[in-house]
Amino acid sequence: MNAFAAIIRRDLLLAMRRKSEMLTALFFFIIVVSLFPLGIGPEPMLLRKIAPGVLWVSALLSTMLSLSRLFATDHADGTLEQLALSPTPLGVLVAGKIVAHWLTSGLPLVLLAPMLGLQFDLDASALWILICALLLGTPLLSLIGSIGAALTLGVRGGGVLLSLLVLPLYIPALIFGAGAVEAHVSGLGAGGHLSLLAALLALAVFFAPWATTAALRISLE
Amino acid sequence: MSNRIINWFKFASPQSFYPLAGKMIPWFWALAVAFGIAGLWISFFVAPTDAQQGEGYRIIFVHVPASWMSMFIYLIMAAWAGLGLALKTRLSGMMAQALAPTGALMALLSLWTGALWGKPMWGTWWVWDARLTSELILFFLYIGFIALQAAIDDPRRADKAGAILALVGVVNIPIIYFSVKWWNTLHQGASVSLTKSPSMAQTMLWGMLIMALAFWMYSIAVALMRVRAIILERESHSDWVKELREVKS
Repeated sequence: MNAFAAIIRRDLLLAMRRKSEMLTALFFFIIVVSLFPLGIGPEPMLLRKIAPGVLWVSALLSTMLSLSRLFATDHADGTLEQLALSPTPLGVLVAGKIVAHWLTSGLPLVLLAPMLGLQFDLDASALWILICALLLGTPLLSLIGSIGAALTLGVRGGGVLLSLLVLPLYIPALIFGAGAVEAHVSGLGAGGHLSLLAALLALAVFFAPWATTAALRISLE
Repeated sequence: MSNRIINWFKFASPQSFYPLAGKMIPWFWALAVAFGIAGLWISFFVAPTDAQQGEGYRIIFVHVPASWMSMFIYLIMAAWAGLGLALKTRLSGMMAQALAPTGALMALLSLWTGALWGKPMWGTWWVWDARLTSELILFFLYIGFIALQAAIDDPRRADKAGAILALVGVVNIPIIYFSVKWWNTLHQGASVSLTKSPSMAQTMLWGMLIMALAFWMYSIAVALMRVRAIILERESHSDWVKELREVKS
């Protein structure tokens, strides 16, 4: 448990010392979201309808951007091998790295999303649902993405390959996440979607660190 | 008992599987051609014209077997991949690698023939129907698997990484299928029922089953041919490959 907290603190510290990487992904998110009204047109009715989907797709893409550096720097300077050799199980350390990744890339998205939602004329209750859905969904993105990041570690053209591997696996999160807001707006209630999202998260919390660890061990061989 | 176990593991070695695959390939090709001719004959000349869909429905004799195969090959591929991870047999990874292109081909064929069928029947090439969408995602998963294996130079590492991806994909396929299905029913967009008329003519069913058998035999034959090529490529340093007649000449 100590090592788990230590690795989160270490990764957060590293992220704070290289703020630009984190901020780049965040501004990418803001810019992509702001491009859609320019491309589609400013009618409020239409914007309100596409807002959940736009915010979610942008969140997926901006998570993709930050995924490639999840293990890459540690792999480059040999830290990852030290982690694998340490007495603490690698799975625990990997889980810590995933938590840190979510805190630096997922959580800021959740906090920013309501502000961007205002640009799309979403009302207050829809914004709450959006925050809930993103709170449940962004950890899922970090967890599933970590498997892809570990598989493409040190591989030629890793960045593009990563998106090819991970984006199809993100589809359920996208459907239920964007669907929750849509269901709420259309009066169906978002409970079912949020429950399914939470179920997926529980499943991923259990399996993803394990699969990521297996993939890391393969790339360290 | 112990005898039998030894026999099974004997063919887990590329050296002993290579000639066995060579012997099996002509048989599977012969069966594929035989079933193919029989199936096409039934589907074009014996099966009656459909009352509602006219002659256009005959594309299902290719479409349905291709869809079945695309799903089934992914399962078999994942099974080989899991076997390779668990038992560290070299042949398993090669089998998974050999199956992937055939699976991707089947998925593409299924999407393509589906579009050709959809145009006259629904008046559109593509609808965001649950089955179409999940077939498209399955195609993406195949492409991801092939791309990952192609990007890693060390074949052993490529096998293992691909195996993990295939297993993650297999866990995700039902989740993706159901999420797409619920998404589709929620949207109520282009809800076109894909289910055929309840009483499908007996000959149509036979034609489809025989065509499915032909696709099976074709897939096995092609996968075996590909696995032989992969064995030669990976084992090219070993003595037994250099001794082979086809390598010497």
